Amino acid sequence: MEEMLEVVREYIIEEYVEDDSEVTFDTPLISGGIVDSFSMVSLKRFLENKYNISIPDDKATPEAFDSVNKICVLVKEYIA
Amino acid sequence: MSHIGSYDERVKDFDWKISEKELGYNEGDPINIGWYCTDRICEMGKADKPALIWEGSTGNEKRYTYNDIRLASNTIGDFLRSLGINNEDRVCLFMDKIPELYLGFLGVLKIGAIAQPLFSAFGDESLFIRLENAQTKAIITQKKHAPKVRKILDKMPWLEHIIIVDQDPAKPLMEREVAFNLEEAPKVEKFDIFPTYAESPSVLHYTSGTTGQPKGVKHVHASLIAQYLTAKWVLDLHDDDIYWCTADPGWVTGTSYGIIGAFSNGVTQCVLDAGFSADNWYRFIEKHKVTVWYSAPTAIRSLMKAGDEVVRKYDLTSLRHLASVGEPLNSEAVIWSEKVFGKPFLDTYWQTETGCMVITNFPDMKIKPGSMGKGFPGILATVVDPETYEPFNESGKMGLIAIKPGWPSMMRTYWNNEETYQKKFVNGWYIPGDRSSIDSEGYFWFVGRDDDVINTGGHLVSPFEVESALLEHEAVAESAVVAKPDFVNMEVVKAFVTLKPGFTASKELDLQIMNFVRKKLSPLAMPQEIEFVESLPKTRSGKIMRRILHAKEWGEEIGDTSTLEED
Repeated sequence: MEEMLEVVREYIIEEYVEDDSEVTFDTPLISGGIVDSFSMVSLKRFLENKYNISIPDDKATPEAFDSVNKICVLVKEYIA
Repeated sequence: MSHIGSYDERVKDFDWKISEKELGYNEGDPINIGWYCTDRICEMGKADKPALIWEGSTGNEKRYTYNDIRLASNTIGDFLRSLGINNEDRVCLFMDKIPELYLGFLGVLKIGAIAQPLFSAFGDESLFIRLENAQTKAIITQKKHAPKVRKILDKMPWLEHIIIVDQDPAKPLMEREVAFNLEEAPKVEKFDIFPTYAESPSVLHYTSGTTGQPKGVKHVHASLIAQYLTAKWVLDLHDDDIYWCTADPGWVTGTSYGIIGAFSNGVTQCVLDAGFSADNWYRFIEKHKVTVWYSAPTAIRSLMKAGDEVVRKYDLTSLRHLASVGEPLNSEAVIWSEKVFGKPFLDTYWQTETGCMVITNFPDMKIKPGSMGKGFPGILATVVDPETYEPFNESGKMGLIAIKPGWPSMMRTYWNNEETYQKKFVNGWYIPGDRSSIDSEGYFWFVGRDDDVINTGGHLVSPFEVESALLEHEAVAESAVVAKPDFVNMEVVKAFVTLKPGFTASKELDLQIMNFVRKKLSPLAMPQEIEFVESLPKTRSGKIMRRILHAKEWGEEIGDTSTLEED
């Protein structure tokens, strides 16, 4: 889990953060305006590619994507 | 009782002078939107009334009275003047929905400069195209967005100042950057507002078309006359209302009704600068006791998707009046809102170019779910035959929406592009580019766009811009971009791509291309789906036939393929 948290956090910093803002495992991503609803599609795609999973659209909600911790909980549900 | 009262009576004796009289404006007098939205309201005895209640993503809150926004806009205007910014200089506002965006907009207008708001999620390429076209002299931004400006700075010798509103004093400023902290700046009590007139330019909003680069829609200070009255009659703003317009002022709704319409009517408005979540939105309404809510179909459908259970967790009984804009509001959404909020969302139709609502549903008028409503009094709207541009004589026929020019907030031109502007007028009508029909009772029913522009979540995306960006990716040989149906956003961007030799389609490349476009243009323009194909359908002369790809996506008839290139 720890490794996944780091991988997801680093990807978010690399792809979605423009300045040197800190992103922790609990930083609000969607409600905090770091990742918008359109960009969630590319984040979901990254997770699916990286972990070879398929996340149903109805599970990819703003609430489920709102922090690195929440994302990893969701991803773990779909890892065989 | 609503402000508009009887729609039919208003139509009979309408004159824009109704609005001018209420505003105390006489033809030929100076008219400055910045003054009307702040100083005038203070002079009406509402200096201590809350004007803006702002809430950030962490729940932090800032409150401003009308006197506060008068002083803040004076202070920002004074600072801009000290940098040598003059009337008609273009000043870009490139910020999230923070107070400085709203107050900076008014400050820019007070010095007679032209406000150029741009959506803060724009990537560097989208930003550059718009700043280059406007030859923008200064940009007001946040430290989080400054890296995008720095990236293109060398290409912009005309951009003299980058004003950062939240600069960390411990960090050095870069070339042409200057820090400005509104809370620390000495408040400017007395300020010489530039005497703009009805035809003085005020706002430059950019909008996308099918071909060519985005167009800068030029508005003037007289737009206030229409924005004030449409806000009052359609949004039905009363003195004791708490109003929430969810639009970002990077787009026209956020300025026409998120700033000008609201403040010129002297109401209290709330702003939530946080990403979307159903819980957070309902909590915000409950907390601030929002009475008038102006939102967008995409948001409404997202709320529908979140379910009815979450609605019941909050006390939303403060809501009195709901309206929607951005794309057609489907009848299911209207019916759903009646069920869960006890009130229908009223659809309003307009666009960047019209500056104000032109076809809309009104309080106290019979609502037909799925209909756009009727023309605003004083605005002659109809549907014309696409061949002859003559209005249909019978109801129910599908044609092009056409509006008789002449209302106060109509755009005055496209910036540096008068030729394209002139093409928007045919046979004496302004043609917005949308198809519709009118029923026997005079209600308009939206059918679709008359071009390839993609309306995603209420924002227009040019397929040309996305295709151009795609071609800059090292793997892409050719591209075609079309709209794909989507429940929440109505349409999303889909790209068909052929690859250069040496590149192979893969999930990794798919994601890489998506992110490439997102960073270059914006998240809105990022293809939500990329289909790698061997070849694209083209005419014999080599032009890509988008309409074939579009028809396949929408399950429509492909139509005439006689000009299609044979394999």
